[in-house]
Amino acid sequence: MGDTMLNLWAALPEMFLAVAALALLMFGVFAGKDKAFRTVSWAAVVAMLVTAFLVIMGQGGPAFFGQFVADPFAQFCKVLILTGSALGIIMSIRYAERERMARFEFPILITLATVGMMAMVSATDMLSLYLGLELQSLALYVVAAIRRDTVRATESGLKYFVLGSIASGMLLYGMSMVYGFTGTTNFAVLAGVMAEGSLSVGTLVGLAFMFAGLCFKVSAVPFHMWTPDVYEGAPTPVTAFFAVAPKIAGLALFVRVAMGPFAGVVADWQQIIVLISILSMLVGAFAALRQENIKRLMAYSSIGHVGFALVGLAAGTQDGVQAILVYLGIYLVMNIGTFAVILCMRRNERMVEDIVDLSGLAKTKPMMAAVTAILMFSMAGIPPLAGFFGKFYVFKAAVDSGLITLAVIGLVTSVVSAYYYLRIIKVMYFDEPVEDFDRNGTEMNVIMAVATIVMLAFVFFPNPLTDSAAVAAAALFGN
Amino acid sequence: MDIGLAHYLTVAAILFTLGIFGIFMNRKNVIIIMMSIELMLLAVNINFVAFSAFLGDLVGQVFTIFVLTVAAAEAAIGLAILVVYFRNRGTIAVEDINMMKG
Repeated sequence: MGDTMLNLWAALPEMFLAVAALALLMFGVFAGKDKAFRTVSWAAVVAMLVTAFLVIMGQGGPAFFGQFVADPFAQFCKVLILTGSALGIIMSIRYAERERMARFEFPILITLATVGMMAMVSATDMLSLYLGLELQSLALYVVAAIRRDTVRATESGLKYFVLGSIASGMLLYGMSMVYGFTGTTNFAVLAGVMAEGSLSVGTLVGLAFMFAGLCFKVSAVPFHMWTPDVYEGAPTPVTAFFAVAPKIAGLALFVRVAMGPFAGVVADWQQIIVLISILSMLVGAFAALRQENIKRLMAYSSIGHVGFALVGLAAGTQDGVQAILVYLGIYLVMNIGTFAVILCMRRNERMVEDIVDLSGLAKTKPMMAAVTAILMFSMAGIPPLAGFFGKFYVFKAAVDSGLITLAVIGLVTSVVSAYYYLRIIKVMYFDEPVEDFDRNGTEMNVIMAVATIVMLAFVFFPNPLTDSAAVAAAALFGN
Repeated sequence: MDIGLAHYLTVAAILFTLGIFGIFMNRKNVIIIMMSIELMLLAVNINFVAFSAFLGDLVGQVFTIFVLTVAAAEAAIGLAILVVYFRNRGTIAVEDINMMKG
């Protein structure tokens, strides 16, 4: 409210990354097309690491006259987003060179999408929220269709574009209603208006539209229909990136909008979130049962994970937000590890993506099978792996705020979804081996190993993640 | 009869609904979907400008300018994706966008 400061330094990480992206674009253009791909990719990764350093070291505070804030919540989410984006680029390099999609624009688009995500998790005004979200979305539409010579990738790009635009339209319509009936777009002022209690019908309509738009962006049921198609059609490293960074950014934004301006009217939106969360968990569990394509399976799995994360939001408490943030951290590592495995599913110089292609992996590549098994156990939420604690925290937060039914449904769907994760393990360990996969790239082995170690070690060293998540959640609640 | 805020909001709501229906009911052409998306965004702009004038607050009009700008970029990207899709598939009929089920 009293934020009459420009305070450019708070946005230093975003500005650095945006300038880096533009510089890399110039470099790519002048260095001559696709020879620059590898250089630009690694340079983008380095730029993201520097940005992450700037985020952690940054002095923060509100900026741009109340449009933007660099608080611990934003810092936490930005570090996760940057990690996801950087790993997404690293995983794509070898794939891109083999599959003839080594265009230098690819890492640059991911970098720009990352700038958008960082801006939107820092947004404290509907205007900056919208601009960040669109910068992210516009870059992602192109990234989905980056293999412009294949029907599947362009089709997935087209579907993503159409449904993403509808989402933006709904979000905007909701914003216009909220603006009209409260007279402000600023989150802090809105929170003040909401704290007065009664919610006018117009604001409620606006709130519903905004939440629908946000559900589209995080692919929560009933706005999830684009996810399986986009995940299946897009090139695998792009899918890996889609499954982590935009999901994390979208959920963080959802939390910021729900717990910021609309924190005063929790009772009005709690039921919506509970319903969406239950539906997402159910679809994530049941629709995935009959999938044969592993990328489609991961799409439904991610819908389910969004449902679990929203359980924490439904709780509407500081513990709930902390639980979501811990969940997102674990989800990031788990998914990156799993997609590293999927990217290694390559036989006779061709990518294979069916679950049966993993048959007998335990005999042909025992280490990779063990890694996959640990990741799948973690996805299923089996203790003592990290995935279990992610679910444990959100369910605990839900139970603490009296949403026992929600927690029970969550547990049941978690058991159902264990079926298809365990089926992958069964296929790897008990089915007859088919032909061996091609040799894994070193970077994939490193990513898989690190992800597995994190899954195993979280039970002994949960503090780095849970403590920083606690600080981040506390910042959102202003204490 | 005075034209008041409610009239503007009604027009915007009708346009927005038309946009949504245009996307989901249309089985012919992807270009029509693009037009429907534009219609949705323009409905939002009418809302913002009407509220802005009603409240005597400029933020809504600033928002409209931003929405217009982003809508232009969005249309450009959408058409570009549509062109590469057409090159691969040879058609832009909505019912032919079915390589992947769903």
